[in-house]
Amino acid sequence: MINLTTPITLEDIKRLKVGEKVLISGTIYTARDQAHIRLQNEENLKFDLEGAVIFYVGPTPARDNVALGASGPTSSYRMDDLAPNLMKRGLKLMIGKGDRSDKFIQEMINYQSVYLIATGGAGALLSSRIKKSRVIMYEDLGAEAIRELQVEEFPCFVAYDIYGNNIFKDNK
Amino acid sequence: MRNIEPKQITEIIKNSVIKINYNLDNSLVKRLQEAKQNESKSLSKSILDDILKNQEIAKKGNVPLCQDTGVVVVFVEIGQKINILGDLETAINEGVRQGYKEGYLRKSIVDHPFKRTNTQDNTPAIIHQRLVPGNTLKFKIAAKGGGSENMSLVKMLTPAEGKEGVKKLVLDTIFNAGGKPCPPIIVGIGIGGNLEKSALLAKEALLRELDDSSDDSDIKQLEDDLYREINKLGVGPMGIGGDTTCLGVKINYFPMHIASLPVAINIQCHSSRHTEVTI
Repeated sequence: MINLTTPITLEDIKRLKVGEKVLISGTIYTARDQAHIRLQNEENLKFDLEGAVIFYVGPTPARDNVALGASGPTSSYRMDDLAPNLMKRGLKLMIGKGDRSDKFIQEMINYQSVYLIATGGAGALLSSRIKKSRVIMYEDLGAEAIRELQVEEFPCFVAYDIYGNNIFKDNK
Repeated sequence: MRNIEPKQITEIIKNSVIKINYNLDNSLVKRLQEAKQNESKSLSKSILDDILKNQEIAKKGNVPLCQDTGVVVVFVEIGQKINILGDLETAINEGVRQGYKEGYLRKSIVDHPFKRTNTQDNTPAIIHQRLVPGNTLKFKIAAKGGGSENMSLVKMLTPAEGKEGVKKLVLDTIFNAGGKPCPPIIVGIGIGGNLEKSALLAKEALLRELDDSSDDSDIKQLEDDLYREINKLGVGPMGIGGDTTCLGVKINYFPMHIASLPVAINIQCHSSRHTEVTI
């Protein structure tokens, strides 16, 4: 088990190997389909991508007593062609679910970033690790808006590492 | 004739969409517990454990099971002696609107394939109506997630491809989907009819009880064979490998044209949220 605190450094990335459990604490950002499309040409970014962690999620609305509603990962493959642009600008970790294209994996290794998965469909469980949430960009997108989250020991697994290992192939 | 007020229908839909988004069926929880016990791979076992812990948290009623609270799918069987005092579809959509607001559920519907503006209330529901004999009104209600739906398909096989062709299509589809539909999955299969009928059969198959079997012996055999063979694929929970790829296989069938063998595969994630209400 590896504990990481944001922002993520290259030293952190080098420690991550496929299948390992990772607990992330600090600040992470949410972005999924529509936010990724908009971010491609965004000139007025409201957060620092250098060392950043992006979580592919569209949460349910929060009741008053929680920071955010159900917050499990969405399928990552839909962001495959949109992620390299962000990795080029410093994005270090992506959290989602499911496998991704070979092209994505190659780009990820080139940019020395890592892809993590969280348990899909465990939105209530994962929500309990989110302590604060606020919308920072694209409020009009509702669930798809970009949110800044404060997380404590947010649980993930390494799915692809920079050494070319792949959790989906290595375990079959 | 028996009169039904639209507000009764609205109430049923509202209460149902909230209930299913916070509570899994006991039969599904039991199946997940068995899967966890039988899972030989430790990382996969821990994922099944997460899924079980998740439903414990969700059933307290504060945070839904999954952030994808789905599109609402309703199959309505309307007895011929029922007289609805208003518009059925309006009443159902009103139930969706109220349920998704009061239940703090995500609004996941956009209005147009390319403009993609959120409708803000999770309407419209996808509604299938059927007129049947009798004086009851029956609703089969599901909240269907997008991730597993995206991995579903319809294929027109030739009659000569037969049972083996169906098996190969199902196994290939599930293997290729990998972790994307959130395995362990439930597989709904529609065989026969035509293009659209097969898809409806597959969807309705997913709304069957997890513990039941087809009453046709050939189809039951195919359900059992596929259940075993899918779990041998090694896709595993979330696609990371293991013994648990599917929790159930449900096949519905219908007569078809001499030229055709339509097959629809509708994949359901482990968070199978559906219920039935009859009034």
